Amino acid sequence: MLRRLLGVFRRRRLDEELAGELEFHLEELEAQHRARGLSADEARRAARLDLGGLARVAEEYRDQQRIPLVDTAWRTATFAIRSLARTPGVTAAVAVTLALGIGANAAIFAVVNGVLLEPLPFPDAGSLVAVNHGMTGTADELPSAPYLYFTYRDENRSFDGVGLWRIRPVNITGRDRPEQVRALYVTSEVLPVLGIRPLLGRQFSRRDDSPNAPATVMLTYGYWQRRFGGDPSIVGGKLIVDGQTQDVVGVMPRGFNFLDNQVDVIAPLQLDPAQVTLGRYVFPSVARLKAGVTLAEASADIARMVPLALARFQPPPGYTRERFAARPVTPRLVPLKDTVVGNIGGTLWVVMGALALVLLIACANVANLLLVRTEARQGELAIRAALGASRARIAGELLAESVILSLVGGTLGLLLAHQALLGMKALAPGNLPRVDAITMNPLVFLFTLVLSLVSGVLFGLLPIVRYTKPQLAAALRTGTRSMSDSPERHRARALLVTCQVAIALVLLVSSGLMLRTFRALGHVDPGFVRPGEVQLARITIPFGEVPDPERATRMQHDILSRLVEVPGVVSAAFADIAPLDPANAGSDTVLFVDGRTYAPGQARPLRRFEFISPGVFRTLGTPIVAGRDLAWTDFYDKRPVALVSEDLARDEWQSPAAALGKRVRASPGDPWREVVGVVGNVHDNGMHLDPPRIVYFPSLMDKFWGAPTIAFQSATFLIRSPIAGTDGFVRGVQAAVWAVNSNLPVAEVRTLDDAYQKSLAGTAFTLVLLAMAGGMGLLLGAIGIYGVIAYVVSQRAGEIGVRLALGAQPGQVRRQFLREGLTLTAAGVAAGLVAATVLTRVMSSLLFGVSPLDPLTYALVTLVLVVVAMAAAYLPARRASRHDPVQALRG
Amino acid sequence: MAKQVLQGTLDLMVLRTLETMGPQHGFGLARRILQVSQGLLDLNQGTLYPALLRLEQRGWIKWRWATSDNNRKAKMYELTARGRKQIVREAASWERTVSVMDRFLRHPARSEK
Repeated sequence: MLRRLLGVFRRRRLDEELAGELEFHLEELEAQHRARGLSADEARRAARLDLGGLARVAEEYRDQQRIPLVDTAWRTATFAIRSLARTPGVTAAVAVTLALGIGANAAIFAVVNGVLLEPLPFPDAGSLVAVNHGMTGTADELPSAPYLYFTYRDENRSFDGVGLWRIRPVNITGRDRPEQVRALYVTSEVLPVLGIRPLLGRQFSRRDDSPNAPATVMLTYGYWQRRFGGDPSIVGGKLIVDGQTQDVVGVMPRGFNFLDNQVDVIAPLQLDPAQVTLGRYVFPSVARLKAGVTLAEASADIARMVPLALARFQPPPGYTRERFAARPVTPRLVPLKDTVVGNIGGTLWVVMGALALVLLIACANVANLLLVRTEARQGELAIRAALGASRARIAGELLAESVILSLVGGTLGLLLAHQALLGMKALAPGNLPRVDAITMNPLVFLFTLVLSLVSGVLFGLLPIVRYTKPQLAAALRTGTRSMSDSPERHRARALLVTCQVAIALVLLVSSGLMLRTFRALGHVDPGFVRPGEVQLARITIPFGEVPDPERATRMQHDILSRLVEVPGVVSAAFADIAPLDPANAGSDTVLFVDGRTYAPGQARPLRRFEFISPGVFRTLGTPIVAGRDLAWTDFYDKRPVALVSEDLARDEWQSPAAALGKRVRASPGDPWREVVGVVGNVHDNGMHLDPPRIVYFPSLMDKFWGAPTIAFQSATFLIRSPIAGTDGFVRGVQAAVWAVNSNLPVAEVRTLDDAYQKSLAGTAFTLVLLAMAGGMGLLLGAIGIYGVIAYVVSQRAGEIGVRLALGAQPGQVRRQFLREGLTLTAAGVAAGLVAATVLTRVMSSLLFGVSPLDPLTYALVTLVLVVVAMAAAYLPARRASRHDPVQALRG
Repeated sequence: MAKQVLQGTLDLMVLRTLETMGPQHGFGLARRILQVSQGLLDLNQGTLYPALLRLEQRGWIKWRWATSDNNRKAKMYELTARGRKQIVREAASWERTVSVMDRFLRHPARSEK
């Protein structure tokens, strides 16, 4: 069988072999006959007779060579290719149109597949969950807490393992240059739960988790390569992390990706069960469900364990157990993948829908082109039918042409998709999760193949249905001289164009709405001014190196004093976290306000805490609405003071002025702190969300959260300068920091504008993709209108000639065809407007500051579409009016 | 049907000829088959070649390039092990056919009731 299949392709060689054999046979026969006394000619003739008909033998031989069905398919395909090659213009137009449509869809499918469909890169990733929690009275989702972790670890019936983790920056010193890296702290269960074994050395055991165990650390593959050149002898060596010497026990394998977080080193999260109290919801948790356990069963298990946890651990100082018991946490298990992918799904499905519409327009265009092409070949088809070609055979050939066209388009589309993916990855760093998982894998190829075949059949069927009906006589008669189009056929094309215009309108409306959203976001006052002038840099003074909070703060103060001396610096300050840092999200907590009481079980609103130096608002350009900024004397004298944001002041005390002198604290055990100033709102969660209510505390305080003295030793420095972001400026900042302490790395160097742009990037990304879809839709729709009008003009060349000869003005003729274009456009616009009002509701979650039914967008889009459509119709209409009547009449 | 070659019989003839005479080229096979059938067979010698291809595709014969007596390159066909088995199987089935036909020709009435 295989040989026969091969025979289809090895035909030429086999034919040659046969010819050789037959020739040999003939010569032998001839020799035989000559030996019997025949002359040379007679011998040759006799030999031929003996052998039989050469052609028949060759045919029989060939039949034996191959399989009839495959052969027919092959012949049909070659016929179709030859026929396509005869009209290179149409073929190229169709292939390019399809390449655009299919390529765009292949690219977005690769993204959807990589981001949404592919499982996380862990064995049996489907059973991994994030153990999050809800709390009665708030909509917020809390991560896990140590007291819950120890209870779940010891009491659960649903997990194969549950662990806690946390990521924070650490300083690596003792090597040529101090460096800040990202450390993943994990309890010993986390890596086994994920199912990842180390490449070298060992992973952590329960022993590494205990508070007085020797300090250990693992390296990720990337960091191992970058800093140690992949030297395996590092396992067993030492690494100085935050001033503490730690044993390197292992290296993680290449490709280990911890939930899309960039991680350099991994260290044990050491928690002492004896010290653990209730609360402290700051640790994300990951668990693996036992085989066969559902999310609902695991949730029930957690609900059972929460009371056990409340009974097992003590409340923190100043709190009562009743306070925790009144508002217990509720289970909120989330598939681990959902926590990585986030809410990008909505955007991707909308974009995918938009691109599917583009492909539909492209198919409509192609169907139209093929209709015209088949029409031109009607004579040929009729003659072939008359000569006995079956209807099935002709239909098969037409279908083969469409499918070959779509496959060519699909192949070109794959190349386009490859390029588009590179562009998309460059465009979307940080706001598209799981970028590493986006590849042109076999599934994407399969998708493209199926898409090509389906579109090939889709647009290929139309000409078949129209033209394989036996209409011999009519076709042969009209074949010689073109007459006006039959109304029925014109209707088919007009319907296609109307659909195209309608779809293009939907696409344009959706990209128009995104554009309005983007502009609305740009007009939101972020709460700071000229972010491009604010340099951000993260500097961490390790606790191991400077254990005294006051000394650490003085060191930060010294750094600020040096920074303001750097040429070009206007002002400088620091905060525990910069505005718009994604690390802010979800860290909000309760604030106690003097004189305000809540009924048991009533939710206290969550507030954001930020810990700052003096001068932050001067540096950001945030106005001080009432009162004053913090001063260094507040720090060193440990004055109990705080600032609040404007909206917080309004929420609690109705006006900023009324807030001054009021008192707040972070926990019941703390002293009251006086509000000494009210500052403008900052859109810390992104421009599309309300500004959070923020309390600003000095970064050095006594008796906060029950601690005797705390200082925020890891802080982001904000430095305003007109030359922020330049290499020279960053070097100056570095030199200023190292003049204070040469062991301090300067990390996460960027400007506030980078953070600001990044907060808009999600919308910008959607906007660019939808605008591309809209642009393609508009272009293809315009081509569609142009094609139909041009065709009508060419069909009516005779009629136009007659009218011009009888004295019709060119303007009249032009208007006639423009009117025809306008009718098509108007019908499409009407249908599109109706469709858009329904379809744009899908994207309402992506919009900001604009209604899905925004009249301005709809009006402008309609105008643009009509103008473009008129331009597309104008070109052929003008040509019609310039017909030379004599030419037309003769033709 | 006197002088026509029955479908399938040519295959057996070729196999059997190769078995008795050893490797042969196409012309040699044709000559030998005509000799043995003593002119009773009206064989278009060309028909032999599609048959050879068929036998090769079924794996019963194989071929290699060789030099003929008059120093020309020609395909030399020979039997494969599977081809030998096929001869036994085909010969048996052929004999069965012959004996069944034989019985019909002698006592035609007995088989129809």
